[in-house]
Amino acid sequence: MAKVRLAGISKIYPDGTSAVSDLHLDISEGEFLVLVGPSGCGKTTALRMVAGLEEISSGTLTIGERVVNRVPARDRDVAMVFQSYALYPHLSVRDNIAFGLQLRKVAKSEIRRRVEGAAGTLGLTDHLDRRPRNLSGGQRQRVAMGRAIVRSPQAFLMDEPLSNLDAKLRVQMRAEISRIQRDLGVTTIYVTHDQVEAMTLGDRVAVMKKGVLQQVAPPQELYERPTNIFVAGFIGSPSMNLLQGRLESDGAGARLALGEQALTVPASLLAERPALRDYLGRDVAVGIRPEDMEDADLVEASEGTVLTSTTDLVEALGSELLLHFRLNVSPVVTEDTKELARDAGADQIDTESRYSDLIARCSPRSGATSGQPLRVRVDTGRLYFFDPLSGAGIWGESAPALQHKEGSHV
Amino acid sequence: MTTPHGEYEGAPRRTAVSRVVGFLGSSIVQVLLVCIGLFWLMPTLGLFVTSLRSPQDNAASGWWTTLQEPAQLTLENYASLLDNPSFVASFFNTILITVPSTLIIVAIASLAAYAFAWLEFPGRDWLFLLVVGLLVVPLQVALIPIAQIYGGAGIYGSILGVVLFHVGFGLPFAIFLLRNFFAAIPRDLLEAARMDGGKEHTIFRRVILPLGGPAIASLTIFQFLWVWNDLLVALVFADAQAQPMTVALQSEMRQFGANLDVISAGAFLSMVVPLVVFFAFQRYFVQGVMAGSVK
Repeated sequence: MAKVRLAGISKIYPDGTSAVSDLHLDISEGEFLVLVGPSGCGKTTALRMVAGLEEISSGTLTIGERVVNRVPARDRDVAMVFQSYALYPHLSVRDNIAFGLQLRKVAKSEIRRRVEGAAGTLGLTDHLDRRPRNLSGGQRQRVAMGRAIVRSPQAFLMDEPLSNLDAKLRVQMRAEISRIQRDLGVTTIYVTHDQVEAMTLGDRVAVMKKGVLQQVAPPQELYERPTNIFVAGFIGSPSMNLLQGRLESDGAGARLALGEQALTVPASLLAERPALRDYLGRDVAVGIRPEDMEDADLVEASEGTVLTSTTDLVEALGSELLLHFRLNVSPVVTEDTKELARDAGADQIDTESRYSDLIARCSPRSGATSGQPLRVRVDTGRLYFFDPLSGAGIWGESAPALQHKEGSHV
Repeated sequence: MTTPHGEYEGAPRRTAVSRVVGFLGSSIVQVLLVCIGLFWLMPTLGLFVTSLRSPQDNAASGWWTTLQEPAQLTLENYASLLDNPSFVASFFNTILITVPSTLIIVAIASLAAYAFAWLEFPGRDWLFLLVVGLLVVPLQVALIPIAQIYGGAGIYGSILGVVLFHVGFGLPFAIFLLRNFFAAIPRDLLEAARMDGGKEHTIFRRVILPLGGPAIASLTIFQFLWVWNDLLVALVFADAQAQPMTVALQSEMRQFGANLDVISAGAFLSMVVPLVVFFAFQRYFVQGVMAGSVK
């Protein structure tokens, strides 16, 4: 167990492309840190640099008390679980798990004891003499875990270890990884593109975009106070609805204009986030989480909290309904939302569009049917605001929001 | 869809006619393949039968007459062949040439192939391109220059010279074959071995060699057969003491006729050894050695 410290780590390939830029991360002893981001955001490259499989272009990597920039992978004393599992096909499960110990010339009896211990933890005891090809996907994943556990390394590195499993098994293994990590207390860096995995596993989650770290925080904080539009849109499922709005002063509170409709921003929210005052009379990007909306027919909806539209589509999930509807409001178009759309597999955002499609997460008691008029109550105390140009979240008197004040008039 | 009996209907049942057609189709193909196979074996069979007949019989009638008179068969040819010290010597020469050539080629080529496939060093791809380029050089063009070099070095006519020539001309193909096979081993496996603490030579010995088994086995068989059956190189570079079986047998050919008793028995003997090698190694051609390693 050791702390791992990335100080200004960068990766620039010989052809000039930059995969990771100036990454700062401090991972304390026994912490479970999850690196998350869309594909191509540099999270795997960052992990491979920690592993020693990829050269570090600049910056300092420290594991424990030792700077390991130039230490080869075999001497870094970290273990990695690969996305593909990378099991040795010619060796039995026992030898696969023991391989690292055999290479380190550990005594035979000690190897036996530790392999059997790891197999017991992972429920592999009955399969020790089988070959990887005779195992199921979940069992192979366990063997890959066993190979990491048995060495008691300074840190575990996991590169999307669950992405090859089917959905049910993934949930089960997710819980198991969490349990094992807590039992062993080994510092872990875990890479995934699945934000649910990131939220459920991580003590802290680091969100990356295009090689740049966006925010590191505990899962709940990431959800509650995203530092910018990208983090806000990436964390949460279904993802946050992002709209172009305009803030107008309205007594002690404010009025948020969304196309022809308007919501009342409570005075308490303005008091909580003083920086918002700078945006009165200006355009802002507004974020509304699907779970902060409800069918207005089911709850008490006061003046200034209701949006009206027509239901496009109802997705019934049993425990909840996902209502899709459209508002006559322009979508937010920034670098962040383009990147989010790319990640979601959508085409380029139509920058000229006058419409936005929203999703609300409602109680299954809602009687909404597609094609019928819909009234949605918005929890206005939980609105998110972002600078429409920089995409930075508008919270306290945070400096970035103020800095962008001058140039952001539209 | 359910039938009146409540059973699920599977794929529609094949009619009797379609099953008869299918059976005829597959059995006709099989019969045809067996015929072609037997036809292919005819010369070998002829050689074998001829080697079991006395020189007089061979001179008087064709080998197929044995089918009517099996009594003409005899082991005399083999007995006299093994009594002939120069032939026995040539048999051992063949082994002394073939075994070292094959072993040296497989050893050098597997190391070189690993380097070309998985180690980073400057000029690696150019060097590999050069090796591949050497594949197109016909060995005939090198006979005279190499003979001159051997003369200068004092190894002309020796077994060593023949072995070196075979190694030199066998390596490009061997490296090419193994490199492509090694390069297909998933990168994750090597990285996992590195994370597990493996140095390059350990990874080579404990991961690459076992996984490269099928390719190495086929290379061994090919190389063994080529060197074993070689006539040209030995004819040029081996003197009377170093000559292998192929040269010894060829010298039994006469302008008018041939010593058929010696040639047929010798040729059959020289065929048996490669067959043994083939059957010894073919069990390594296991399908799907990579199964279960990644994903």
